[in-house]
Amino acid sequence: MTPTLTSFLAVSAALFCTGLLAALSRRHAIFILIGIELMLAAANLNFVAFWRFGPEPQQITGVMVAIFSIAIAAAEAAVGLALVIAVYRHYRTTSVDKLDQLKG
Amino acid sequence: MSGDFVDQIFIRAKQLLLSLLPGAPDWLLEIASSVINIAALLGAFLTLFALISVLERKILARIQNRYGPNRVGPYGLLQPVADGIKMLIKEDIVPMRADKLLHFLAPIMIAATAILALGVIPYGRNMTPFAIDGGILFFFAVGSTTELAVFMAGWGSNNKFSMLGAMRAIAQMISYELPLIITTLPVVMVVGSLSPDSIVAAQSNYSLGLVPHWFVLTPWGAAAFMLFFVSGLVESNRTPFDVPEGESEIVAGHMTEYSGFKYATFFMAEYFGMFAVSGLAVTLFLGGWHAPISALQIIPSYVWFFAKLSALLFVYIWIRGTLPRTRIDQIMNFAWKFMLPMAFTCIIAAAVWHYEGRRLAGWLWSFGLIAVVHFGLSRLLDTGKKFAPRTYRFAE
Amino acid sequence: MSAVAFVLISILTLAGALAAATLPRLIHAALSLVVTFLGMAAFFFLLGAEFVGLVQVFVYVGAVAVLIVFTILLTRRDIEKDRGFNWSGAVIAIAVFTGLIWAILRTPTLAMVAPQIPPLTVRRIGEVLMTGFVWPLQCVGLLLTAALIGALILVREEKR
Repeated sequence: MTPTLTSFLAVSAALFCTGLLAALSRRHAIFILIGIELMLAAANLNFVAFWRFGPEPQQITGVMVAIFSIAIAAAEAAVGLALVIAVYRHYRTTSVDKLDQLKG
Repeated sequence: MSGDFVDQIFIRAKQLLLSLLPGAPDWLLEIASSVINIAALLGAFLTLFALISVLERKILARIQNRYGPNRVGPYGLLQPVADGIKMLIKEDIVPMRADKLLHFLAPIMIAATAILALGVIPYGRNMTPFAIDGGILFFFAVGSTTELAVFMAGWGSNNKFSMLGAMRAIAQMISYELPLIITTLPVVMVVGSLSPDSIVAAQSNYSLGLVPHWFVLTPWGAAAFMLFFVSGLVESNRTPFDVPEGESEIVAGHMTEYSGFKYATFFMAEYFGMFAVSGLAVTLFLGGWHAPISALQIIPSYVWFFAKLSALLFVYIWIRGTLPRTRIDQIMNFAWKFMLPMAFTCIIAAAVWHYEGRRLAGWLWSFGLIAVVHFGLSRLLDTGKKFAPRTYRFAE
Repeated sequence: MSAVAFVLISILTLAGALAAATLPRLIHAALSLVVTFLGMAAFFFLLGAEFVGLVQVFVYVGAVAVLIVFTILLTRRDIEKDRGFNWSGAVIAIAVFTGLIWAILRTPTLAMVAPQIPPLTVRRIGEVLMTGFVWPLQCVGLLLTAALIGALILVREEKR
């Protein structure tokens, strides 16, 4: 019983929904960022799985998109975490429930 | 032919062992082959670790005009046995409010990543334990997980000294990872492959039978080798860059709350990191397992590799005995303001050398570029401190 | 492609992801995220894209995970546990999961076995990066520079 494309897509869907769970149901800002990273990782898995099972393996577009996505996710994590630190310095809290005013 | 026999003696021994399993399926043979590779690797490097731990103390002692350990065994060479017994019978103390899981996992992770990095280095002809296509990238990927393990050690100890030491260690290691990786880029660019076997094979010719084509003998290679070596010193937290574990400042940094066998594991991981970085330096710049002169090729390849590795380790120990510790801000300045621009210059110099078809013009241009940038940087970064005789103020 | 390897890696990855999403202590969640990333790298190795797996370990475990733990360290309060858990988020996540699985299982053409492909070498990725994907490469370089400068400016101490 070798793994088919369906099994890879199912694992990727589960990973995506776990990331969604983390992003939607936690209060700490860093947990939300963890959820976003998980969702991006699930999408990367999808890209590479479709490349592998696709009809034309010489066309490595899926792999290239995954590589660029990893780079962009790193940049986004850096900026997001810098934002969390800046907000913490100002408001002394990382709980997104308390960040509900536009006034500084 | 006899030269080939001694050279490939370990390969033949492994094939002999594998032939003792007749008719086994392919995957079992692969697993057995990997297990034999790993066992040989661990055996060789644990012996080297034991030897280096006593040799380092003896060499440091001789530099400091005293004898080293010389009581246990002939010339003190059985000292590692005594050290091992001491480490094993010490009580394992874990702080009460420490995070038990992190505290336990940190030394294991550091040692595991160091040993993993040792697996892709070619030790002799056909003697790479795990020859993968992106070997250099694997080495650096595994090396970059060391920082996380250092953080786990610092955090899990629930101790301010440990946390401070871990932060310093991570800052230092991250800063110097950049020059470490960028100085390997010229070699990868010139060879055109990330596989250590190809890199060693590209250094295999000899000019006139006397001058080997090692990359360290090119202008960009010499500069890149020195930058790589210094970055390796910093990555392994060795003096003069051992701020994270400076005993006079911060107790033992992230290793403060570890005792007995766990401390020995940290110690072992530091030395294995040294071995891995030196092994990679030998592979990338010093020609791997090739002999320096064409006539000396009868000596087996693994002897040459370990001779070069030992020479680099001797230089590590020599530097430790000679130089004082640098401050953390001096270390950071050095990394970002000097080493990074020099590393980028090495890439451009290597490109110029390769583009000129390795003729004399290429050599001169690349040498000139490196010399000009080095001179310019040293002028720009000069702090202008004039050294005057010290004046002392004593209490009246 | 081995089924045993697939099952083991998927159990590891999904367990790590679930732990990262639900553990109350932040540091443990961050370290479970590291386990998830390692599981993802194993998936990429299984799928034959070894370069992507190595880049994943290098960038995610070596850089993003270190960033996350540093931020946890710098934004610490005395209470490290995250007390709130919003259950409506769990409901939405389960609903999305059900929808996705229904869509995947309803498409029979997706149930294909892995064809034999020539191994993907780093040389091929390099060729493609320098010919077809050179503009995205330059754009990602610009993006990373902008992110670096932006992050540095964001965490500078405000001049009072």
